[in-house]
Amino acid sequence: MPALPPSPAVTTRESPAAGVRLENLSKRFGSHVVLQDITLTIEPGEIFVLMGPSGSGKSVLLKHLVGLEAPTSGRAWINGHDATAESTRALVRMAMVFQAGALFNSLTVYDNLALFLREHRLGSEADIRTKVRHALQILSLAGTAAKFPSELSGGMKKRVAIARALVMEPQLMLYDEPTSELDPVMSATITEIIASLKDEYHVTTVVVSHDRDLALNIADRVGILMDSRLIFLGTPAELRQPQDERVARFLYPQIDLAHPRYKQLET
Amino acid sequence: MKAIITVFEGFGSTLQLLVQAASHLGSLPRQRARFIEQCYLIGYTTLPIVAILSFFIGSVLALQAGYSMQNFGAKQFIGSLVGLSMARELGPVMVAILLAGRVGSAITAELASMKVYQEVDALVTMNIPPARILVLPRLAAVLVMVPVLAIIADLVGWFGGAIVAKNVAFISIEPEAYFSVLRRYMKFQDVLNGLIKAETFGFVVVLVCCNIGLNTRGGPREIGAAVTRAVVASLILILVLDYFVTKALM
Ligand SMILES: Nc1ncnc2c1ncn2[C@@H]1O[C@H](COP(=O)(O)OP(=O)(O)OP(=O)(O)O)[C@@H](O)[C@H]1O
Ligand SMILES: [Mg+2]
Repeated sequence: MPALPPSPAVTTRESPAAGVRLENLSKRFGSHVVLQDITLTIEPGEIFVLMGPSGSGKSVLLKHLVGLEAPTSGRAWINGHDATAESTRALVRMAMVFQAGALFNSLTVYDNLALFLREHRLGSEADIRTKVRHALQILSLAGTAAKFPSELSGGMKKRVAIARALVMEPQLMLYDEPTSELDPVMSATITEIIASLKDEYHVTTVVVSHDRDLALNIADRVGILMDSRLIFLGTPAELRQPQDERVARFLYPQIDLAHPRYKQLET
Repeated sequence: MKAIITVFEGFGSTLQLLVQAASHLGSLPRQRARFIEQCYLIGYTTLPIVAILSFFIGSVLALQAGYSMQNFGAKQFIGSLVGLSMARELGPVMVAILLAGRVGSAITAELASMKVYQEVDALVTMNIPPARILVLPRLAAVLVMVPVLAIIADLVGWFGGAIVAKNVAFISIEPEAYFSVLRRYMKFQDVLNGLIKAETFGFVVVLVCCNIGLNTRGGPREIGAAVTRAVVASLILILVLDYFVTKALM
């Protein structure tokens, strides 16, 4: 795996990676139970990949970690701080790559990346330029600095969102489906970036993904969310020979043209 | 019952937003660029319509006053009537209403769309309070620009009245006479009261529109609903506040 070119404005911030702990976390929207009694510890510096069927609550779980959703019961802790407390975000630097990008539509790509550094006054405008250019270059976005998000393709937006998170040099990095919408090569590149960031900055990483290659290649541990519970928690090696019938069917679905699933549903 | 709770919730969250924005007051000098941009959007782009409307409101005032006063032989007082009505009441209320329709709706649409498309969530995870970069510059800009708009509305309205007073046959009052009466019966206090009113309305409109935008939930369809709600709430607040502020200033 190629290492990233060293960041030109390397910050010597020896930030300890953040640990995550969920305790009996449950979340309901009205009567719709999305997460039920999730208990999970993610160690500092770990790469944790969360998988699960569409609509199983993966994005909702990620939002609990940054305090964008509050649990109905149970708690989420980041480095021992309550994730719902506003002060936690000041104490632990967290970055999230939203599933839909969540780019600032009124700002250029460059300003999207620079906003965090500028608002928190992390370096001179020259330092910021170096960091932003570096992040854009890693994600092959060099030509887009002056463009607005509306002028980009879906995959480019996703990469800008990742670049914007990279620039923050967070202690806890959350990716919501970073490789969906990307071509195979770009997916591999992103996978490599996620892994090498951990080596370079020792950041704790949570990746929500449907990408089996990503999970098997770079995860320290994988969790599978299904029917609002964590039905699998283990290493990629364990994932290759799943014991649980549901996990096997989810990860390695048979495509059976003689008996298509949608027809089984009809009967 | 539910409607009453919604109103109180809205009131509470608006106050909360104000406190949050105020707590970042120290960051305003660093946000000069955003402040100037908002001044431009709030002031400069509203100016033409404020000028046009106040010109015609001043004209109509003079016309109506001339018509109803001619029988009393009191039409030489038109100047003071137009002057006082414009400065104390119509100038500020009209500026506020235009602000709600032109600026408030745009603010709500922008912030609601940022909320719906998770841009606000992104700010929150970056530990950049939305109140600081989205609300504070707008509040500061409206405080600076509204008095300017209100003074221009007054001047243009008086001028419109003067033109009508001179040119309509059954009134025929020379501008010198019109303006000398206007000056004689108008105190600085009257203009000041009007400015205080305009300032209050403008500030409340922008604050309420920001709050409704930032509290939008759901999909793109909610953006439109939020804008409607913001404009209606602004108009009601302007007229209700108008009574109470006028009373308080008497
Ligand atoms: N704000 C909300 N209000 C009500 N229901 C919600 C809300 N957010 C999510 N849900 C519901 O929670 C469930 C889980 O949503 P979530 O976005 O976490 O799914 P997901 O696992 O990320 O799916 P995907 O892989 O398609 O992104 C869905 O059924 C969704 O309808
Ligand atoms: Mg999702």
